Amino acid sequence: MTTPPPTDGLVIAVPRGALMRETLDRLDAIGIDTSEVRSNDRKLLFADVGIVTMRPSDVPTYVEAGAADVGITGKDVLAEQPDREVYELLDLQYGKCTMVLATVDGPDPSVEALRRLGVMRVATKYYKTAAAYFEATGRQAEIVEVKGSVELAPLTGLVEAIVDLTATGTTLRENNLVIREEIFVSTARLIANPVSHKLKAAQIDVMLEKLRAH
Amino acid sequence: MRPQINPIPSGTRDVLPDEMRELRDITEAVRGIFEHDGYGEVWTPALEYENVLARGGGAPPAYRVFDDHGEVLALRTDMTVPIARLVGTRYPTAEPPLRFCYFAHAYRGVRPHRGQMREFLQAGIELIGAPAPQGTAEALTVLYHGLDAVGLRGFRIGLGDASLYPMLLRSHGVPEAAIELLMDTLIRRDFVALEAELATLDLDDADAELLLRVPQIRGGPEVLADAAGPVADAVAGLAAVYELLLPEVAERVIFDLGLARKMGYYTGAVFDVYDPALGAPLGGGGRYDDLLGRFGRSLPAVGFALTIDRLHIALTGEEKVAQQS
Repeated sequence: MTTPPPTDGLVIAVPRGALMRETLDRLDAIGIDTSEVRSNDRKLLFADVGIVTMRPSDVPTYVEAGAADVGITGKDVLAEQPDREVYELLDLQYGKCTMVLATVDGPDPSVEALRRLGVMRVATKYYKTAAAYFEATGRQAEIVEVKGSVELAPLTGLVEAIVDLTATGTTLRENNLVIREEIFVSTARLIANPVSHKLKAAQIDVMLEKLRAH
Repeated sequence: MRPQINPIPSGTRDVLPDEMRELRDITEAVRGIFEHDGYGEVWTPALEYENVLARGGGAPPAYRVFDDHGEVLALRTDMTVPIARLVGTRYPTAEPPLRFCYFAHAYRGVRPHRGQMREFLQAGIELIGAPAPQGTAEALTVLYHGLDAVGLRGFRIGLGDASLYPMLLRSHGVPEAAIELLMDTLIRRDFVALEAELATLDLDDADAELLLRVPQIRGGPEVLADAAGPVADAVAGLAAVYELLLPEVAERVIFDLGLARKMGYYTGAVFDVYDPALGAPLGGGGRYDDLLGRFGRSLPAVGFALTIDRLHIALTGEEKVAQQS
């Protein structure tokens, strides 16, 4: 008799980048051998252990379509993709960072802009998160979507403020930016495909319980 | 020569003969089952008065036009509300139960860049005047035979009850405003938020644990056997339906105590159809015992709709798996 694969037939979407190491540690802790994933930086699909690796923002896409049964990604990613049909099962607590509103140090230029111009300009990579936040707090904002370093935008006068994710605040400080408001705290989440959640209920529940316990 | 570009709206598409033949095979197989089981096919207009559709409380229409008298017309978002309207108008005194089936396009709004369809073909039934549990069991049986006739082999039917979780919350003394919030997290399938919301309520630890665990319960008949106390009361309706199912239908059922619906008209049993070959449900349905009353005939009812495109994708997916093994 062959032993079942460690993930028991589940395909797990693992985020590359900042969340990857801790995600693999947690998977190791619940009995999934991730050594092959650790030893091979270029490979993306590890069929033997049931792991696929990808950008964190692609995890909801693969899980929603059922190309992966479960996945791990940040709450920041899920907040930015609110329409995804996925189950959010568990707050894994690690990968903690904060979505913040920041401006240059000194008198707050966004307050000045709101008062005199009626609208503040805000640069962000998190368009939906920012738009929803300003709507909820009753402020008019013109949101400028940027792809690269958001910190540059207020320094050059492109915008008065930024909405961005920060873990330690170091990058903000180094660019003379200060946090004005904390929007939400983001941590890693376990998500599942709606169909897998029913058809592979037993495997997903076992994984969920183990992750809860570790 | 470069072809001239004549665009069609995103979320709509043309069907060419090769695909059409395969779609026809599916709809004809399903139609054979519906007709055999006594469900007469109906057509209703794709355009209805918006205020008539709104009375049904289904998914809000995404496409509206003014007619030449300034009336607002809307494209239907499902067939359940139009058939409820049809029954109230055309069958005001007919002896129930009434059985109807349809093969019709419905129209929904789409979110950009998601490959969602504005127009999609549904096959479904409405069984009107047949209360739970017998009516529900009949609808599930027709559903099983329809899927089987299409040629799907791996499908499962997730069975839950739209009233189960609200009832359980009420029996624990959760205030109505909080129930609305909690149901919203459940509909969004966000169990992390559900846990956080429960923690803000004045519940003892055992109750909070129970209220978090129950909507995550899914599985075979052991789900019903394991239920105790207030949960046993909540699943009594599902147990009554399950007892009436033929063995071949019963073995397809997965109980899902967390099944919840956005659409306002569901009152009791709700179900979704899953296939391992597709990451989204093939269709679903449930009981809507209050809907017909809004159109003048207060009758309990149950129905389901299958999305033909999804049946087709699942079928080709199953064929691929079968070839590989």
